[in-house]
Amino acid sequence: MSAKEMVQQEKQSPRKTAERERRPVFVPDADIVEAENEFRILADMPGVDENSVEVDVENNVLTVHGEFVPQAPEGYSLTWQEYRSGNYERSFTLGNTVDRENIQASVRDGVLRLVLPKAKEAQPRRIEVKAG
Amino acid sequence: MAMLTNRWNPWADLARMQQDFDRLFMPGAAATSSGSGFPAVNIWSNEEQSLMTAEIPGVDPDKLEITVKDNTVTIRGNRQAESLKDGESWLLRERGEGAFARSFRLPFRVDSDKVKADYQKGILQLTLCRSEQDKPHKITVRSEQSE
Repeated sequence: MSAKEMVQQEKQSPRKTAERERRPVFVPDADIVEAENEFRILADMPGVDENSVEVDVENNVLTVHGEFVPQAPEGYSLTWQEYRSGNYERSFTLGNTVDRENIQASVRDGVLRLVLPKAKEAQPRRIEVKAG
Repeated sequence: MAMLTNRWNPWADLARMQQDFDRLFMPGAAATSSGSGFPAVNIWSNEEQSLMTAEIPGVDPDKLEITVKDNTVTIRGNRQAESLKDGESWLLRERGEGAFARSFRLPFRVDSDKVKADYQKGILQLTLCRSEQDKPHKITVRSEQSE
């Protein structure tokens, strides 16, 4: 299957957060790499750490959501502004080759890193039979 | 606090200066009228000091170079892209990479000995104290009693 089928990033407005609150929601910039056995997604989410990121897979859509509550430093006023802070959200459509059970996520220095292993299609899924 | 309507706002000048600086550091960017580049910067201030925050996700803080001279603060660094092995390919590339530099001229001289730099969750925060000589001194006006 072609790589493009696997991840079609959807840039529609993120609804999940917008319904929850009025803070701005940003679509993080992302890189996607395809390797032999996996896909890797990197997304820039400055201000977010491993406790404030959620990764959900629903049907064939993977959604990343990062919570960031901007806090104005006390006793200061904003005198120069080039960026605004808020939550992050973005969805990716997964192809059938992604092993949904083994997606790994980590955050470092404000960058979310997802590793999506490819399913071993030749290998039938083994179902453990437990004694009753 | 009473304010004069035509009070001089030193921060308003920063916008104009920023364009000059961007032209200096990134000659290609001269065409864009906005002074913004990478990283995006916010500045919070009070009478004593300013906090400069910059969104720089995914860099090694040891490789960030911060220089302060008089009233000018410069942030330089290099953001490395993921290095691909044989057989790996990019499906999407939106995250910027490469060397960056931004300079800001503040409306006060910065005490370079007291600069603090902190990098957390991809956000750099610089604490920039106003130098002692630059602080406004209160001068008491004495008046002789009129007779």
